[in-house]
Amino acid sequence: MSAAGQGVVVTGMGATTPLGGDVQSTWDGLLAGRSGARPIEDDWPARFELPVDFASQLAVEPSEILKRVELRRLDRSEQVAIIAARQAWEHADLGDYPATDGGSPKVDGLRLAVIIGTGIGGATTLLGQDDLLEQQGLRKVAVLTIPMLMPNGPAAHVGLEFGAAAGIHAPVSACASGAEAIAWGWRMLQANEVDVVVAGGAEACIAPITLAGFCQARTMAHDWDDPAAASRPFDAKRNGFVLGEGAGMVVLERAEFAEARGATIHGRIAGIGTSADAYHITAPDPEGTGQSRAIAAALRTAGLEPSDIGHVNCHATSTPVGDVAETVAVRKAIGDHPVLTAPKGSLGHLLGAAGAVEAIATILAVKEGQIPPTANLTDLDGDVELDVVSGEARKVQLDAAINDSFGFGGHNVSLCVM
Amino acid sequence: MASKEEILPDLASIVEEVAGVDASEVTPEKSFVDDLDIDSLSMVEIAVQAEDKFGVKIPDDELAKLTTVSDAVDYISSHS
Repeated sequence: MSAAGQGVVVTGMGATTPLGGDVQSTWDGLLAGRSGARPIEDDWPARFELPVDFASQLAVEPSEILKRVELRRLDRSEQVAIIAARQAWEHADLGDYPATDGGSPKVDGLRLAVIIGTGIGGATTLLGQDDLLEQQGLRKVAVLTIPMLMPNGPAAHVGLEFGAAAGIHAPVSACASGAEAIAWGWRMLQANEVDVVVAGGAEACIAPITLAGFCQARTMAHDWDDPAAASRPFDAKRNGFVLGEGAGMVVLERAEFAEARGATIHGRIAGIGTSADAYHITAPDPEGTGQSRAIAAALRTAGLEPSDIGHVNCHATSTPVGDVAETVAVRKAIGDHPVLTAPKGSLGHLLGAAGAVEAIATILAVKEGQIPPTANLTDLDGDVELDVVSGEARKVQLDAAINDSFGFGGHNVSLCVM
Repeated sequence: MASKEEILPDLASIVEEVAGVDASEVTPEKSFVDDLDIDSLSMVEIAVQAEDKFGVKIPDDELAKLTTVSDAVDYISSHS
């Protein structure tokens, strides 16, 4: 267990999600068990005869926040990254930026890294610009097409914004990307390569082809008249996830650095674990072997015992196979005692942003001693032999918690939060 | 041929749209790069929009010579 002056602390958080335009409104939505899913107000779900006509769409449109020129020059995935990152930076009280252009931030740009993952990146830019090329020719293709569609775009823009000169990284590991960014940041800070890392995930790819692709992979919640009822992790009637969009960012610092500058500390990333299933491209290993190795590694790097973990913020996406496999992994690595919740019942699945937004929920659960309910969980799957919070938020004193994130490809990331 | 007085406000609004520079800042003596902080990619976008707006052709080698706002206004005026 890390003492004062050691380890990695969280000093800032930012988010824009289907539940709200910032961390507080998102957290309030989670505690209330509210759903962010709503109908897609466009004709394409009907036109393509998709079995799904809803998604967890942003509560606050980027156009309400950003300047017109920013909206023009940034893909939607970059827009949400910038919005959440600015919130996190201000929350951490890191001063004016960027370091490289006359700003006076409280961190040297050479000791600052930005690590932001995304599952898909600028897919809607790619699609839109391809349409323009087909229909109107080369002259109409945007000059900034490539930087808008590249999956390192969110990280690159946030890095430029703050003058991060120690490194800009963009882990791409499907739905584990946001958590992997935080894990990567933890490693850089533990190695004393940097003092501060802005880490998180961003995703905004609600489009006909992504929805259609997930439908064809048979992973989407379908045949629900009420969009708010569709995402129901651990519930016996679950039949897939709800596609979502958003971003979550944290400011991580070496504890020594944060304490020296008098920063407010909201929590600690005490340890991290990453592993791969080496099993199947989309299906999780039903034995939870790889996932349990990630959780065990997070405990080991945190110097904790399984008995120290009171809560698991689950990846559980509301798919029939995945949710149960995760509980097998939790039982293997930790035991029967932790209290579980699955935030995707409320948030939907934010893909590459999910791990970061849900890490923030885990940090707040530990900080406030309060575990949000799993929305729509009314009839617990008989194979889930663990305590899952449903109905109302549960107040409970927590010393440490685990946040799981898994992704297509067999990527597993677990974060240990204190 | 459009007059320079007619071109300037339209060009200024294109610059505002593309680069986020307030249109009132776009005055004839200003340098795109040094005064208005417009990068080469944004200049290409401005050229594409100006071509549509004013019905001119601005080849890349000509675009590179347009240093100031008045250079651009003169070019558009004499080629439209």
